Amino acid sequence: MGLGIESRKQIARRAALEIGQGMTVNLGIGIPTLVADFIPSELGVMLHTENGILGMGPSPEEGKEDGNLSNAGGYPVTVIPGASYFDSATAFGIIRRGLLDITILGALEVSEKGDIANWIVPGKRVPGMGGAIDLAQKAKKVIVLMNHTDKEGNPKIVKECKLPLTVKEGAHMIITERAVIDCADGKLMLREVMYPYTVEEVVASTGAPLTISENIKVFQ
Amino acid sequence: MERNQSALNKQISIDEAMKHFRDGMTLMIGGFGGVGAPPTLINAILEKGIKDIHMISNDTGFPWIGPGKLITEKRVSRLIASHIGSNPEAGKQMQAGELEVEFVPQGTLVEKMRAGGMGLGGILVDVGLGTVVEKGKEKVFIAEKEYMIEPSLTADVSIVYAQKADVYGNLIYDKSARNTNPLVAMAGNITIAEVEEIVPAGSLDPECVITPGVYVDYIVQSKGVDWKWVWELNQESK
Repeated sequence: MGLGIESRKQIARRAALEIGQGMTVNLGIGIPTLVADFIPSELGVMLHTENGILGMGPSPEEGKEDGNLSNAGGYPVTVIPGASYFDSATAFGIIRRGLLDITILGALEVSEKGDIANWIVPGKRVPGMGGAIDLAQKAKKVIVLMNHTDKEGNPKIVKECKLPLTVKEGAHMIITERAVIDCADGKLMLREVMYPYTVEEVVASTGAPLTISENIKVFQ
Repeated sequence: MERNQSALNKQISIDEAMKHFRDGMTLMIGGFGGVGAPPTLINAILEKGIKDIHMISNDTGFPWIGPGKLITEKRVSRLIASHIGSNPEAGKQMQAGELEVEFVPQGTLVEKMRAGGMGLGGILVDVGLGTVVEKGKEKVFIAEKEYMIEPSLTADVSIVYAQKADVYGNLIYDKSARNTNPLVAMAGNITIAEVEEIVPAGSLDPECVITPGVYVDYIVQSKGVDWKWVWELNQESK
């Protein structure tokens, strides 16, 4: 079952709290794209795109779109003061050089150790990895936004990923409609539950052991 | 095929440009999700009936956009790309065994193109270690760090889309439509640039040139984008 828009926004709003002053950030397609709406402009955050923009701004008003100014998903965007355009090799040089503070992306599975699988379901959906491997391997902090469970209700947070990996031990944080979980030292720490879920519900729908934080909070 | 040595005026007609295309060729195409892909040249390739193309492109656009059209019309037999997710037709042909696909992480793919254009044999890269990307790759250690050797990429012909060119072929792109175009332009054995506006030599500020004209063999006048973007179709269906 897909998430409703309110759940998606709640996840995006929580993810935005991880973004600090002056950071360089890449947002993936799907829920990560929504994060942009919750970043306060006074933070001076520069959004990076794989096609070659640093300083991406919000979507333009209808009628003001420019076919030659789009995000990596092909949708029209704007730029903010201080923005620059460059070729895609430079866009990925920025990533490999370690200049991205945060990348926020979706996933199919995340393991206890922070392994991420997000680009292929062999024999079923084979879209290609795009820039996901570069981003997940090289950003200073990798935040995964996803549904807590799949369409059949099976946990997407698992002991071992079954799908081919995007990155080994790459995730630092997982945010779902049920929980905020830190990945560190090969373990998962439940830091927050998302309203209205309970700790018990989160644990029951997670396929890997969770350490419960001593000062666990509820995110509204 | 020899590079065009005429520095005076590299503009040719679309028909003349088409003499450089043949079945079974390796064709590198600029653009990202179809943005910055050369529409007029892609249409001409379709019209001329070129097939069995070995295509190198960041992605396969959408079924009706950019390089996606060549996939939809089944003109491509082999593809090197980072992503085909926005073109279900590409996935279908791959599953049916009609289209051979080699996936390369995006940053590695564009750097392999750049290396081709820079006259390098390849690059050393660690992106994808610990994943299926590693499979079959030759490896080296530099300062105790592990890297894969990724050979550079070149093509029989590269086609790109630029906003402006002078007659020597110096290119300027438009915003995020620059994307892979400068890299693709450098990697062609023959490079043909489709251009919105062609101006006399001396009209471009040398400081603003993105691709030096020496990489560009021919320029053709663009007839402009003739497809609808996904967001335009979404607006229309509202």
